[in-house]
Amino acid sequence: MNTVITERHTTPDLETDDHRTVGDYTLAEPRFTCRHVNVFYGDKQALFDINLDIGQREVIALIGPSGCGKSTFLRCLNRMNDIIEGCRVEGDIRLDDQDIYAKEMDPVLLRARVGMVFQKPNPFPKSIYDNVAYGPRIHGLAANRTELDEIVETSLKRAGLWKEVKDRLDHPATGLSGGQQQRLCIARTIAVNPEVVLMDEPCSALDPIATATIEQLIDELRSRYTIVIVTHSMQQAARVSQRTAYFHMGRLIEVGETTEIFTNPRHPLTEDYITGRFG
Amino acid sequence: MNKTLETVQAGLARRRRRESRFRWYGRIAIFVSLAFLAMLIVSIVARGHKAFWQTEIAIDVFLDPEELTPPTREHLAKADLTGLIKQSLRQMFPEVRQRRRKRALYRLVSSAAPYQLRDYVLAHPDRIGQTVRLWVLAGADVDLYQKGYVDPETPESERRIKDYQIAWLRKLESEGRLVLRFNRGFFLNGDSREPEQAGIQVAFRGSLYMMVVTFALSFPLGIAAAIYLEEFAPRNNVWVDLIEININNLAAVPSIVFGLLGLAVFIGWFGLPRSTPLVGGLTLTLMTLPTVIIASRAALKAVPPSIRYAALGIGASRVQTVFHHVLPLAMPGMLTGAIIGMARALGETAPLLMIGMVAFIVDPPQSLLDPATALPVQIYLWADSPERGFVERTSAAIIVLLLFLGIMNLAAVLLRKRLERRW
Ligand SMILES: Nc1ncnc2c1ncn2[C@@H]1O[C@H](COP(=O)(O)OP(=O)(O)O)[C@@H](O)[C@H]1O
Ligand SMILES: [Mg+2]
Repeated sequence: MNTVITERHTTPDLETDDHRTVGDYTLAEPRFTCRHVNVFYGDKQALFDINLDIGQREVIALIGPSGCGKSTFLRCLNRMNDIIEGCRVEGDIRLDDQDIYAKEMDPVLLRARVGMVFQKPNPFPKSIYDNVAYGPRIHGLAANRTELDEIVETSLKRAGLWKEVKDRLDHPATGLSGGQQQRLCIARTIAVNPEVVLMDEPCSALDPIATATIEQLIDELRSRYTIVIVTHSMQQAARVSQRTAYFHMGRLIEVGETTEIFTNPRHPLTEDYITGRFG
Repeated sequence: MNKTLETVQAGLARRRRRESRFRWYGRIAIFVSLAFLAMLIVSIVARGHKAFWQTEIAIDVFLDPEELTPPTREHLAKADLTGLIKQSLRQMFPEVRQRRRKRALYRLVSSAAPYQLRDYVLAHPDRIGQTVRLWVLAGADVDLYQKGYVDPETPESERRIKDYQIAWLRKLESEGRLVLRFNRGFFLNGDSREPEQAGIQVAFRGSLYMMVVTFALSFPLGIAAAIYLEEFAPRNNVWVDLIEININNLAAVPSIVFGLLGLAVFIGWFGLPRSTPLVGGLTLTLMTLPTVIIASRAALKAVPPSIRYAALGIGASRVQTVFHHVLPLAMPGMLTGAIIGMARALGETAPLLMIGMVAFIVDPPQSLLDPATALPVQIYLWADSPERGFVERTSAAIIVLLLFLGIMNLAAVLLRKRLERRW
């Protein structure tokens, strides 16, 4: 493989090249379809003509060097870019064939369907119970206390945290360890029963053991939710995802089955990144 | 490697010296400021503490039925109560004949004595016809003498209290008719021309009412403005920037300007009554609002954005995000800001002069629309009075003002602790 790399080394010029994503970005039954997505921060363009389908109940990993626009793309999917001053999204993004940037689409509703887990665990400075119960409460998902208790319990169980916290649900969430906090955030997200869970480098602030726990959890959650995970760790992408999308300087370079991408990258940039030449 | 070690070690002693020197600078700075504070407090307390005590004299008054019936307020207003007081004083010192001496004798008791007699009669109408022992306020000169303000070494002609008066006082003292009592009047009375009768009730209530008005208006308004500017207003908008600049400028405007504004707007346009705590509170609100807004915005800025993202990420609306998560976290900081603003307002004199709160007011205000003064204004007025007796009262009023401030700050600290302790 090394010989191949030393042989060619003409990095394509992304500014001038008529860039096309390598690999098939379409799916037969997509959950999300993104077409010609351009994102600008003020005058600066951060994403260039992204086309990508995201399937039902799959884990898709977004990888690429930092600053390439992974988080930006992720935020397009639940319209978190709306709250960033000066951010403009162009193009067509559909969730179950509904235009999520349409006027009728309420971002509040969208975010209930598309949950998000952030890089740094960010539990509310409230009790463990209240953290998980907050989403169901504001959306009115539980008719009474018993139902709410049930939601909290199932969410914590699915997030693999129930055993550790069931005796101290009224304790402050900020007293948990980093890994526990991140799992609590996952529980908080799935408590509103979303269709999609977006995760932006969910393990980058955690130690290896906590990371392993979360990776295992992601694998279990796959049976219920579509998961889009941004990661800077290629091993993680390889371990948890079925498909992988490689971003570079605001462009989607290559997308495909994870095993394919990691064993047989087709675009030279992808290959450079995967073999650790940069990023 | 060894070279590095040597070089570092050579510089180490100097570094340590520098560090300890700096620590000493800090200690000295703290010591100096504490010393100034201690000096201030000691001098004020030393000058003012005696004002919390008041000399009283017991006189035996014959409650003459001819003069005092019927014992109604209207009748007693016309009755010669002063005469009864004078009569009892003459009976206590029958040897005093000379007219000038008699006048000096009458001056032993305060001009408030007839009113004390009236109140006594109104409270005990059944005692009319008897001779009763009545504790009345001593005159200002007696009070000063009893508190040791008069140097007995000074020649008699330069003293306001003469040797024969001192002899009378000795006699009263030996009969147990002259004592220093806790000065209730200082807290219960309004202003007076006579120092021994002057109290801070009007000023205290005025200040309290104004603080209530100021807090009730500036806190919610300030928080609302801060939340809007910080959480909802568009960034990089000319109008928002303009508002921001103006708020910052307003916080630096001299307070007397707010007094003029209050005079023009609240009294001139709205026709609200002058000298009232309502107008004072409104004027101080104008002054406090920018401070509260600025402090509240800083408190909101200090809330980590990750909390907002967390709430928005599970579908909370922006209002829900603010009220459920951001505001509770910012509240302690906002409260601190509000209290700092209020503390400044409490000590403010200049704007109150503009809206007529310097009036001489005897009756405590019963509502926001009754004329009143304020503690700092009262201090200013008393400090300006020529009577010797007002000196200690000025300091005593300052003590009360400082206590007021202290209680306000303490309340703020406790409230903060409670709000913060939630997590
Ligand atoms: N809030 C923002 N304002 C302006 N520029 C931004 C903002 N967020 C990201 N960017 C820019 O957009 C590009 C993509 O950033 P991001 O999506 O955070 O990259 P990644 O998550 O892949 O590291 C970067 O060049 C970054 O500087
Ligand atoms: Mg990122």
